[in-house]
Amino acid sequence: MKSFATFGNELYTGERSYPFVAKRKTWFTITGVLIALSVLIPILVGGFNFGIEFKGGSQFTISNVSNTSPAIGQSAVAKAVPGADAIVTNLVGNTMQVQTNMLSDKDTVTVADALQTAYGVTVKDVTSTFVGPSWGADVSRQAIIGFIVFVLLATVLMALYFRTWRMSVAAVIGLLVVMIVTAGVYGASQFEVSPSAIIGFLTILSYSLYDTVVVFDKIRENTADITSSTRRTFGEEVNLAINQTLVRSINTMMVAVLPVGSILFIGSLLLGAGTLQDLSLALFIGIIVSTFSTVFVAAPMYAWLRQNEPALVKQAKKVQARRAAETVAA
Amino acid sequence: MARTGPTKVARRTLFALLALIIVCIITIGAGVLSGATSWAPKLGLDLEGGTEMILTPKAEGTTSISADQLNQAVSIIRQRVDGSGVSEAQITTEGGKNVVVQMPGTPTQQERDLITASANMNFRAVIVSSNAPAGAVAKTALTPADQLSTFVAANVLTPNPDPTAKPANGSDPNWITAALMTQYEETSCIAPVTELPTNSDPAKPIVACESDTGAKYILGPVEIPGKWIKTASYGLQPGAQGVTTNTWAVQLTLISPEGSNAFKAVTQRLNAKYLANPNDPQSRFAIVLDDNVVSAPASQAVITDGQSSITGNFTEASAKALADQLKFGALPISFTIQSTETISATLGLQQLEMGLLAGLIGLALVVIYSLFQYRALGFVTILSLVIAGGLTYLAIVLLGWTENYRLSLAGVAGIIVSIGQTADSFIVYFERVRDELRDGRGLAAAVDNGWHRAKRTILASKAVNILASLVLYFVSVGNVKGFAFTLGLTAVADLIVVFMFTHPMLLLLARTKFFGEGHHFSGLDPRQLGAIPLYRGAGRFRSPEDTLAVATGKNARAAGEAERRQTIAERRLAAKEAEMVGSRGTGAVKPKSGDDAKESK
Repeated sequence: MKSFATFGNELYTGERSYPFVAKRKTWFTITGVLIALSVLIPILVGGFNFGIEFKGGSQFTISNVSNTSPAIGQSAVAKAVPGADAIVTNLVGNTMQVQTNMLSDKDTVTVADALQTAYGVTVKDVTSTFVGPSWGADVSRQAIIGFIVFVLLATVLMALYFRTWRMSVAAVIGLLVVMIVTAGVYGASQFEVSPSAIIGFLTILSYSLYDTVVVFDKIRENTADITSSTRRTFGEEVNLAINQTLVRSINTMMVAVLPVGSILFIGSLLLGAGTLQDLSLALFIGIIVSTFSTVFVAAPMYAWLRQNEPALVKQAKKVQARRAAETVAA
Repeated sequence: MARTGPTKVARRTLFALLALIIVCIITIGAGVLSGATSWAPKLGLDLEGGTEMILTPKAEGTTSISADQLNQAVSIIRQRVDGSGVSEAQITTEGGKNVVVQMPGTPTQQERDLITASANMNFRAVIVSSNAPAGAVAKTALTPADQLSTFVAANVLTPNPDPTAKPANGSDPNWITAALMTQYEETSCIAPVTELPTNSDPAKPIVACESDTGAKYILGPVEIPGKWIKTASYGLQPGAQGVTTNTWAVQLTLISPEGSNAFKAVTQRLNAKYLANPNDPQSRFAIVLDDNVVSAPASQAVITDGQSSITGNFTEASAKALADQLKFGALPISFTIQSTETISATLGLQQLEMGLLAGLIGLALVVIYSLFQYRALGFVTILSLVIAGGLTYLAIVLLGWTENYRLSLAGVAGIIVSIGQTADSFIVYFERVRDELRDGRGLAAAVDNGWHRAKRTILASKAVNILASLVLYFVSVGNVKGFAFTLGLTAVADLIVVFMFTHPMLLLLARTKFFGEGHHFSGLDPRQLGAIPLYRGAGRFRSPEDTLAVATGKNARAAGEAERRQTIAERRLAAKEAEMVGSRGTGAVKPKSGDDAKESK
């Protein structure tokens, strides 16, 4: 039986090596297909399932309910505000959730009172949310501004740190893949997009680049003196760096996913839909996709972006010449 | 011994960290003893229950709102909320355009209406004034409804001879009805202040308080609406000879002709009363904002051109405040409700419990995984996580005390998510140390070298994290802010812990027998890591870089040279001896090399 440490050893020396760079066409093709699916499927199923925060509307959560019949809520809403469209669900355990179309702020209070009476709970058990029609647009606009500002600043930061803009470009491409695929999973599965999910998305931004920077730093280290070495070509050095940091990538993904997974578990099973579930779901998908994206997209992309540099082409020829000489000698 | 150097530094760093923690604890402890704070962090509405209203103020006739107007809106709402008796309400601005009102419990419909009503400024003539702080008249001493004339005679200097006639102007005591009289008597303008409606009919008289002085008024109908105010400014009053005096004054300009004409009529009427008796309350007009008297100056002159100067016992600050309020009167602000959220105490508590439970489970899983992966070294991870968590907790309590920072559910989620990212710093570090061990270095040297490399990576990657949280914090709205805040906070705590705890700790541990000799359960066992010892017997030493698969830094050229000179046979022999270093130099393009190596074993 091979231990994880031995696996790490083999990856470190190059004894065991996965062709992340060499097979990049395969990886890029798979990525391309995934991106196409991520765009197409949500369109086919009719777009994202936006929560009331984006559409505007009212939502009520009633805790400690003894009779979890949705009919009680339906009739209470119908009586309180005739014509209101109510969706009543038993969220989890003895918690009911009622969503209605846009009520006025005043009607929201009326409905909250009616639901409280109908389900026979105290005012302490009723949560109500009223969201105006422009609030979601506000949140999304700010999120988009945040996304753009962050990507620009991070690009500059990475370009300064790594002293090459190509790493920034490769990292940002990897990031975009993560965003598109995660959004695609959201759209395809029709999970509700709430502001909490948006927070999750924004956190993936940070996580994805963070993950890429760690791998790229190893690449930087390995390729620092590439032009004066004939041991490996540039692509091979990049590939070795990915393999050498693979154990870290796996470990990092695991320790990042474990807490997120526990939030997801608690959030969806014990608490029902809400901040915790929405946030952790986006993160859960995003962290896993990020790890793959760094290894299969960002790093090979960087090797690809640089492989045609004259100095590196010359170096690759030297490596081949040396290898050919060695084969002859042997 | 040369080794005492780093050990000393490591000890000193650990003591510095301990001192930092103790200082934080003592500071909070002092705060707790003085009753200014508590050991628990302040909780946000979603964890404690309460109501949050997000309002967007909009000035009439404009599309955007200036920073001044936003502050103005905040102070209006603060006044309304304080006036309504809601305690502990927090009013903040968000994203330069929204006002966020947070309060414990559920506000009544009346309180909601009060908060969201559009603000209204206007001028009304004073009919009755208490001239001094006034409370409510005792229930038993209320003037009976049929004795209105007694009330008028007692409170008005020159009662109208015919009390049944229709009021002739805004100052006419005939506006006073029995109901208004009773309302006036029942109203208290000193604590406990009576809640008064804030959006009265402009055509009707009202009872109002002046919150600064506690004076009580009956005011006539609106004579000058706020929209007739053109502008207002403040400055030192010029004296008779054009010499600046030391009196602060507010300059008010009304738009012409409506404003200036109306004001001329009002001041003519009031000034006549002023000339007859300077102490007649009816010589004054009240500047009313939200039915609350801001100021009630006497009309000392007839203003014909709409340019008025208000003097009083102003300080620079109070003159500025009045000028700002008047300016705002020109642009009435209305509020659009973006969202209202009332979170029940039950749900809040449930969310808090679940959040903590999720955190504990997440932490436990990370602990188990670390122990599995890093054996005894895992305990360093756990201890580091505990210290990072402790620092974060202290920081949140301190910020709750000094900055009124409240931990929200999104914030809790941020902390839980950060467990993984914090643990990653240790993973990056430990993997580097292991890499160094694989190169055959002794543990002490491996820790030094590994740290040197890991430090860069950790700093660069944490910079990305901190950048992300800063950007999110400054551009985001709603609970994204709380999340970004804790994410940034934990990233900083992580850096502190890695530099001030994990690394010094590892430096010290590397010198213990258990770790230094690479015990099987230390997680740093060189044999397990497939390291080739530096001494190979037969007098042959090898340099640490010899088997380093990657040539780095200064020695790259030398290593490349050494490799070129090695024969293939030598290399194969070395590989066999080591029993693990396989196809060096074959590069990564041969994916099968790993499998081949496995078969050969």
